[in-house]
Amino acid sequence: MPQFGSFALLLALAFGVYALGAGIFALLRPGPAADRLGESARRAGIAVFVAVTAASVALVVAAFQDDFSVAYIFHHSNRDLPLPYKFSALWSGQEGSLLFWAWLLSAYGFVLLLRHKVDPRLVAHAAVVLSAVQVFFLMLVNFAAHPFAMMSGPAPADGNGLNPLLQYPEMVIHPPMLYLGYVGMTVPFAFALGALIMKYPGEKWIHITRRWTMVTWLFLTCGIFLGGHWAYSVLGWGGYWGWDPVENASLLPWLTGTAFLHSVMMQEKRGMLKMWNMWLIFATFLLCIFGTFLTRSGVVSSVHAFAQSSIGTWFVSFLALTFAVCVFFFLRNRVYLKSENRLESLISRESSFLFNNLLFLVACFAVLWGTLFPVLSEWVQGTKATVGAPFFNRVMIPIGLLLLLLTGVAPLLAWRKTSLESLKRNFTIPALAAVATAVALMVGGMRPWQDVSYFYALMAIALAVFVAVTVGAEFLRGGRVIRSHTGMNLAAAMVQLTRRNTRRYGGYIVHFGVVVLFIGFAGYAFNQDQEQELGLGDKMNIGRYTLVSRSYTRDFQPNYESDYAILDVYRNGTFLETMYPERRFYTASQQDATIVANRSTWREDLYVVYAGRNPETDRPIIRAHLNPLVVWVWAGVYIVVFGTLVALVPNLQVAAVKARATAAELATVAAGSREGGD
Amino acid sequence: MKRSALRRSLQLIAVSLTALLLMGAGDDARFNKLGHNLMCACGCRQVLLECNHVGCSYSDRMRDELSTALTRGDSDDLVLQAFVQKYGPTVLAAPPATGFNLVAWVMPFAVLFSALGFAVLVVLRWKQRAPAAAPAADSPELEAMRLRARRETEL
Repeated sequence: MPQFGSFALLLALAFGVYALGAGIFALLRPGPAADRLGESARRAGIAVFVAVTAASVALVVAAFQDDFSVAYIFHHSNRDLPLPYKFSALWSGQEGSLLFWAWLLSAYGFVLLLRHKVDPRLVAHAAVVLSAVQVFFLMLVNFAAHPFAMMSGPAPADGNGLNPLLQYPEMVIHPPMLYLGYVGMTVPFAFALGALIMKYPGEKWIHITRRWTMVTWLFLTCGIFLGGHWAYSVLGWGGYWGWDPVENASLLPWLTGTAFLHSVMMQEKRGMLKMWNMWLIFATFLLCIFGTFLTRSGVVSSVHAFAQSSIGTWFVSFLALTFAVCVFFFLRNRVYLKSENRLESLISRESSFLFNNLLFLVACFAVLWGTLFPVLSEWVQGTKATVGAPFFNRVMIPIGLLLLLLTGVAPLLAWRKTSLESLKRNFTIPALAAVATAVALMVGGMRPWQDVSYFYALMAIALAVFVAVTVGAEFLRGGRVIRSHTGMNLAAAMVQLTRRNTRRYGGYIVHFGVVVLFIGFAGYAFNQDQEQELGLGDKMNIGRYTLVSRSYTRDFQPNYESDYAILDVYRNGTFLETMYPERRFYTASQQDATIVANRSTWREDLYVVYAGRNPETDRPIIRAHLNPLVVWVWAGVYIVVFGTLVALVPNLQVAAVKARATAAELATVAAGSREGGD
Repeated sequence: MKRSALRRSLQLIAVSLTALLLMGAGDDARFNKLGHNLMCACGCRQVLLECNHVGCSYSDRMRDELSTALTRGDSDDLVLQAFVQKYGPTVLAAPPATGFNLVAWVMPFAVLFSALGFAVLVVLRWKQRAPAAAPAADSPELEAMRLRARRETEL
């Protein structure tokens, strides 16, 4: 099986190189012969998918068969590992995850090449760009990080096992989601660069690019969310985001991608910001590659980076080459990207998009700056400064709040210019609601002057209300108009409204999700934690809750040993439930892992960790966290995902027209067939 | 009369605010605040109060040291300095705003304000100019082609 996998990878590289070379030749010398060459390049691209799929299957089969003669399987699996985790071993290590990256890229390429009739010439250009990226990754897995490298000497009897932190259900889907986002950003990049190279006439390429970006942005969002949820459930430190370099690496392309999804509207509606959008797409792709480089090169230390290796040089070279290609074609063809209109007023929808984009880019810069500052400080001062959560919280929260403010303001501004009257009309009620909320919170006991985190929390909730009211007003206004025309009830009218303009109202739903997210973030300011040695019958108080230790027990599984704490939970003296925080010891890797017990409500999470035993007294240690409003964070992400899905659905009228057209075509075909004597 | 009433009200507000500010700023709050500004020195890259390693030889000791320093009545700066002396500058969870490290703090905000200023300038400059003609407006043939392309390629 390893030999088969190695051969498939080599074959994939050969097909990839052919698809790239033939694709370029076909584009350079148009004509009937070039068309045939182009078609053969397209088929070679499809063959890459088949070959990389075969290699990936070979690696998974090797994991299922416990083939420890393969070094990768030896390092990332063991005999007692459950099957789903053996499958996830495919992306658990450096070599396997690069193979997985190459497979996803080939799958995206496969979809693209099958749909080439959408616009054959644009797709041919995009396919060449995609092939170039594919060839880079295939070179990596063939020459720098070979997943089928063999162990020296006889095959070991058992493997080292999978990292215990990765043995959690979410880890089976979190990396694929993140990779789908990361890798998927190659497709918009390929379309954008392809369109720039060929000076594509018309705006179709930007529509295609936007849709692909939205899909891959959705995957990236899900991937980041699942990563945060996994960290919260497994790492046991009580939080979901620690500003770790690897987390930051996933946030960078998300920020530029989000900026693009906003500014693309300027290009579609007003023919503006064409150069800006082109560079946003380029930057998003380059940041995906840069993030991969950060994770794998060992440049920055992280709790969940891959092992340090020499592939950093490959990535730096690829980044430099890609950047040079982007600059070259941009300088050569930039006239094609000339703006058709100019901004006419500071207070307009266009300006708000511009400021929104700048804030996203500043946020991206701040994250990148903080992530790389330790490297810079070591270079300048000789000592590596630590840049942790306190830095990022202080820098990013004000930027986040400004963005939240713009989320509420922007949709209420008119295109081109907004009058003072319109400002008053649209902003009075949301602003009053925000002020009322802030006052109510202070009356309710929030003291923003005591600590800056309380001030930020108050601002976040007040601004969240401001945005929620503006979003609600938009739905209400549109819903009322439809109700007056159709007579349907208001709720049905608002659903109808959303279906008629899914992109706009899907976007508002996303904004509402962001509101809910920020309310969840605000809860972080009021986190409490408590740690205590808890013998049998001992009590521990945190907030309104009391934990009583009932018992401790042990369980044995083939793959790990478990220590459980059995704790009764009381709230204001009333028994609520029993919680079972767990600590596991994985025998193959000889490592510990925590399984957190969490009681989650809309108000707060009671998050309990069995931290182990005091080595001196042998008494169990329990750490409890009371984290307010965490559920709002997860709910916010669900709403964002729902809103994005709504925005991806075609508008009602467009769908109806297409359906009518298809029905008419079918009727014509059927009539033709009948006339033909069917 | 009115002025003195206003002054008294302002004084009352100031006193109340100061009292509220000082409420709850006891050792627990300081322990929590400082503990979140220090890193565990075991190399786990976690904030001191969030280090969850069983048998970590550093975090318990460091927490005890922090607690002792607060009980002794040391100021925040003194506590942080003592930790830096003992464990090195990497024990601070964020770079101190001194020397070259000041750049870390200044740069994001400098970029933010420069970007906002730049955007305002660009909008104002564009606003002053007459609206630019579409690039192909001088060529009716090309404009017709562009319109056709838009119509045909609109999704």
